[in-house]
Amino acid sequence: MKWLSDDNLDHLRTIARNPDFSATKYTFVKELGHGGMGTVYLAEDRELDRLVAIKVLNTPEITEDLRNRMVREAQIIARLEHPGIVPVHDVGVLPDGRVFYAMKYVRGSRLDEYAAQHSSLRDRLRKFQAACDAVAFAHAHGVIHRDLKPQNIMIGSFGEVLVLDWGVAKITKKPTTDYTNESVQSVDGSNTSAGTVIGTRDYMSPEQARGEVSQLDERADVYSLGAVLHFLLKDQSRPGKAAQAICAKAMASARDDRYSTASELSADIGRLLDAEPVSAYRENVIEKVGRWVGKNRFLVLLVLAYLLMRIFFIFTSRR
Amino acid sequence: MSKPLIGIVVGAILGAIDGLTAWFTPAVREHLGGIVIGSTLKGIIAGVAIGFFAKKFHSLPLGILFGLLVGALLAWLVAFMQGGYYFEIILPGTLVGLIVGFATQKYGRTTATANT
Repeated sequence: MKWLSDDNLDHLRTIARNPDFSATKYTFVKELGHGGMGTVYLAEDRELDRLVAIKVLNTPEITEDLRNRMVREAQIIARLEHPGIVPVHDVGVLPDGRVFYAMKYVRGSRLDEYAAQHSSLRDRLRKFQAACDAVAFAHAHGVIHRDLKPQNIMIGSFGEVLVLDWGVAKITKKPTTDYTNESVQSVDGSNTSAGTVIGTRDYMSPEQARGEVSQLDERADVYSLGAVLHFLLKDQSRPGKAAQAICAKAMASARDDRYSTASELSADIGRLLDAEPVSAYRENVIEKVGRWVGKNRFLVLLVLAYLLMRIFFIFTSRR
Repeated sequence: MSKPLIGIVVGAILGAIDGLTAWFTPAVREHLGGIVIGSTLKGIIAGVAIGFFAKKFHSLPLGILFGLLVGALLAWLVAFMQGGYYFEIILPGTLVGLIVGFATQKYGRTTATANT
């Protein structure tokens, strides 16, 4: 009898653990990440000769509910055709019965990694605003993400911003384009029961943390976006009162005190970037003047130069 | 506010300031009213020209250059008619043109053109 070496044994274990894509047009490349519901793999699409990210259910015991949930997730993302949301290319079933869906493979870094390398507040705010716009688009289509955090926001190699992991998303209303026969309701494909806490503790709204599933609406995502903004501002030496006020408004404990939509939050971030007054903060006169001068720095410098020159001429002509 | 209107407002304000500085020159103080009116008119003329240029051409460097040239030309005409103080009149006048050129390119409503 010939004994297998440890290396060979490890190799066999790895092969056994990896999903079997043999009946599909994909070739396994490597594992990318592991989540609560599924694992994401990098695979090669042999037909189109490109890399894709494939999400496969983790559990070997596939219930109808889990399968539906996975298909629903794929449908939710596929419905959200937006540059800030990863497109789904394909959905299918593996030989072992597990559902998978293939999506665009995004090359880049997560927002937390990106923030560690890019300290510019303006740059961070622009990326954050793009994420808000993607979430606002999902809200407009009746979808709440429910797990927004820096780890679920990806910055592509060309600076594009993509919101990932819609695995626990909730459908709040019938979409404008009816792709399915589903009725209005439904939480993450199945019905998440009251008291179930879904999301990531540091980024979830108080109502979400209390498990008030039926109470969740767009403002739960607004809170999470506020927490993401807080993460982006926390290492800034002078984030500015307006930015802090936006963050505080988005993260208000009472959801009525928050921005009612992600679009409103995005608009305030836009105003902040354009040195316009933001809705979350009432400026005093000095701050208004300071903001105007900051925005029109070059014009102010020109007028000052003109006045200085005038004063110079007045004094020289008196001699 | 339209770009020509911005040109008129900025040109008039800076022209008036320009004229008012004549008060510091005792020799011409008694003609201050005429100087202020003339200087304001000069600013308005420069503002209109630069404003219409900004409406037609959306380029900050070109706008500044045009403003500079118009400001310098008008100031030279004033200095020429006065027969002196070339440097004291042309330099501020040129700078006023530059400021109006910048302001009209940077601010004001641009007319949208419809795609047909």
